[in-house]
Amino acid sequence: MAEYLIKNGFVFDPVLGIKGDKADVAIKDGKIVETNALRAPEVIDAAGKTVMAGGVDIHAHVAGPKVNIGRNFRPEDKLFTYKPGRGIERMQGGFSVPTTIRTGYNYARMGYTTVMEAAMPPLYARHTHEEMRDTPILDQGAYPVFGNNWFVLEYLKNHEIENTAAYIAWLLRATKGYAVKVVNPGGTEAWGWGLNCENVHDPVPYFDITPAQIVKGLIEANEYLGLPHSMHVHANNLGNPGNYTTTLDTFKLSEGIKPNSKFGRDQVMHHTHVQFHSYGGENWGNMESKATEIMDYVNSHDNITIDIGQVTLDETTTMTADGPFEHHLTELNHLKWANSDVELETAAGVVPYVYSPGIKVCAIQWCIGLELGLLAKDPMRVFISTDHPNAGPFIRYPRVIKWLMSQEAREQQFNAFKHKDKVIEATNLAGIDRELDLYEVAQMTRAGPAKALGLAHMYGGLAPGMEADVAIYAFNPNAPYAPDDIETAFLNAEHLFKTGVQVIRDHEIASNGNKRTLWVNARVNENPQVMRDVKEKFLRYYTVTLNNYEVTGHHYLPNPYVIEVDATQ
Amino acid sequence: METVTLTIKNQPNLYLEADNITPDAFAGKKAEEIADLHVYVGKEQHRLGEFFEVSGRAGATPGETKIVVNGDLSRVKYIGMKMTAGEVVVNGNADMYVGAWMQGGKITVNGNVDAFAGTGMKGGELLVKGSAGNYLGAAYRGDWRGMQGGKIVVSGNAGSDLGTFMNGGEIVVGGDVDVHVATHAEGGKIVIKGNAKSRLGGQMVEGEIYVFGKIDVMMPGFAYREDVDIEVDGTKGRFALYEGDIGERHRKRKGQLIYGKLYQRIGA
Repeated sequence: MAEYLIKNGFVFDPVLGIKGDKADVAIKDGKIVETNALRAPEVIDAAGKTVMAGGVDIHAHVAGPKVNIGRNFRPEDKLFTYKPGRGIERMQGGFSVPTTIRTGYNYARMGYTTVMEAAMPPLYARHTHEEMRDTPILDQGAYPVFGNNWFVLEYLKNHEIENTAAYIAWLLRATKGYAVKVVNPGGTEAWGWGLNCENVHDPVPYFDITPAQIVKGLIEANEYLGLPHSMHVHANNLGNPGNYTTTLDTFKLSEGIKPNSKFGRDQVMHHTHVQFHSYGGENWGNMESKATEIMDYVNSHDNITIDIGQVTLDETTTMTADGPFEHHLTELNHLKWANSDVELETAAGVVPYVYSPGIKVCAIQWCIGLELGLLAKDPMRVFISTDHPNAGPFIRYPRVIKWLMSQEAREQQFNAFKHKDKVIEATNLAGIDRELDLYEVAQMTRAGPAKALGLAHMYGGLAPGMEADVAIYAFNPNAPYAPDDIETAFLNAEHLFKTGVQVIRDHEIASNGNKRTLWVNARVNENPQVMRDVKEKFLRYYTVTLNNYEVTGHHYLPNPYVIEVDATQ
Repeated sequence: METVTLTIKNQPNLYLEADNITPDAFAGKKAEEIADLHVYVGKEQHRLGEFFEVSGRAGATPGETKIVVNGDLSRVKYIGMKMTAGEVVVNGNADMYVGAWMQGGKITVNGNVDAFAGTGMKGGELLVKGSAGNYLGAAYRGDWRGMQGGKIVVSGNAGSDLGTFMNGGEIVVGGDVDVHVATHAEGGKIVIKGNAKSRLGGQMVEGEIYVFGKIDVMMPGFAYREDVDIEVDGTKGRFALYEGDIGERHRKRKGQLIYGKLYQRIGA
């Protein structure tokens, strides 16, 4: 394979602790190597430019049935956004729910090389993998959802951790999944009964288990297995005024549990899109930011990581396995609604949403996300996300970075709000003058999420031996710049290497890459009871047989990357 | 006002996507520059000049530009799309999306237009001397933002799905209309001087429909309220007022629920 030497760039790498010093990065055989290991490299002149590892997205909805429902029921999202194929670049379309091809290309253009699909309904794992397969360039994995799964509810009702763990191991293998995802624990199952679970002690109908039992049990099962990633939760009561207490109650479920993982992560709970979970007040009229309370907890508890779920003030498409929430949303905005029940496993809803700077609540949401990022004491535990496409499309990450890096940019946005004064009153952001630097941005978008995923040995840094995922941005941090220069640069990487292949050259897509699908193969002791339960549930309840359920073979994962976990005891 | 005249000389094998035929795209350009503007045939990009004889010149701004398009334009789509000012006169029948998303200015079609004319229109005037196809003044597929403003006047008949998701503006149809009128509408005004068939105001939240002729089947979600004497588009008469769609959500104004209003003429 080709050798490259990226010379004289301003390097920001939390793994090596380089904070913008001039350094060279060497690439050989798909890995980062010492510069003296190269023989005849192609030299990339990065003088005056910013060099970072490829970006790692820990939470986005980019593949699978609900994303595709969004594509299908929003033809207007594709209106005037199609770009014809040219050269090796294939046809692309869509904005908030882009085609798989555009998803791959646009992440690459932002310098991202690893993207995790945050909610895979196990029954539709095949569809999810087909879409990931068709997403070029990126390394991807998908998190199957467990928080409303009948097996899990039944096992955890009796606190059967070993059986839960055996079922998780089986399902990860059957669906080629990466991590344990929980969405509105118990609430989505309750939605099947026309109900919801609004706090961690609100029991699930029929199953008679609480969200607290589900979350705690799944954390314990996750640590029993020692999976690379921690339990990844979207808590109950998303998007409602006053919900921050539910969020804190959910955080507290991790207390006293230590990580058991040889993959180098320190957290036992990743809480996603926390912006949607940090609201005070009793109604939309007096809703206010509780980001300070939330971040006080996060900052003082090392076994939690979060991503922010920043609202980007765009027209977008919300989609979540939180079925009751999407019904709530369509009742609020009266726009079209899709709803789907996934048998024994989960459900989902999809509703378009317009985050308007003219609406007070949207502006408060915008403030809260940035507060979370700016109040973070440890950027290795607080990550940038937009919960794509829920709070905004991923293509706005560079804009989020701009807002986090520039108080001037934030002030410009404040001045564009219709209810500026009321928004300032309900939030803390106007009083925060912190501006993140590029090293902190690299922590929040590279090293941090990679570590939380248990992939710090592969991604998020530029140490020799790591995957050669390297982004070069036309941005000189030592020269004067306007806030918009940050967004422009991060939207449009000048060069990008993915596993040693140059996929962007001079801002143009140069290769469709060598995409891999990551999944976790956790081996456990034989568990006849769980295997009997699986067979029985498929016979009695599922509409498909086991043979039509499992994700196997080259068709779904043409280029798999298996992470082995030994949990046999 | 400067005038640019386009006369079709070659018919496309497929259809011509000519969203560049607008005062906005032409403004400030000479005939040869206008001929160089692109059009699409399928996925292939061509020059406007390959299909049209271009003469005259455009004004400095869209508002000072008039475009006259001559010939059989039944395979030419998107004339006047997104235009903000100026004038377009179409002498012939035009294909789909005439005046779609237009924001200002005036389009006169001396002939018929096919479907989706005035889709998502925000302002300006669209006059059709012949008949209009389906989805006149409607929303783009999937969108909830149909016609928002401006005025469409059709001398002849209109097809089905007239004013779907209409939120504002006015549509006047001189003749008859097919099924589905003002479906999902949340505002705006539709005047039908001829007859209507069925499904008028399905899921309508707000807005007005006036029908001068007969209605084959009234929606069950509309309730008769009273007879009123009013003047509509210059015609005085007695109308029966129905309100609906009763099955939909409706907002309140001063404590009163606001319904979609359907007026049917019952006498002079």
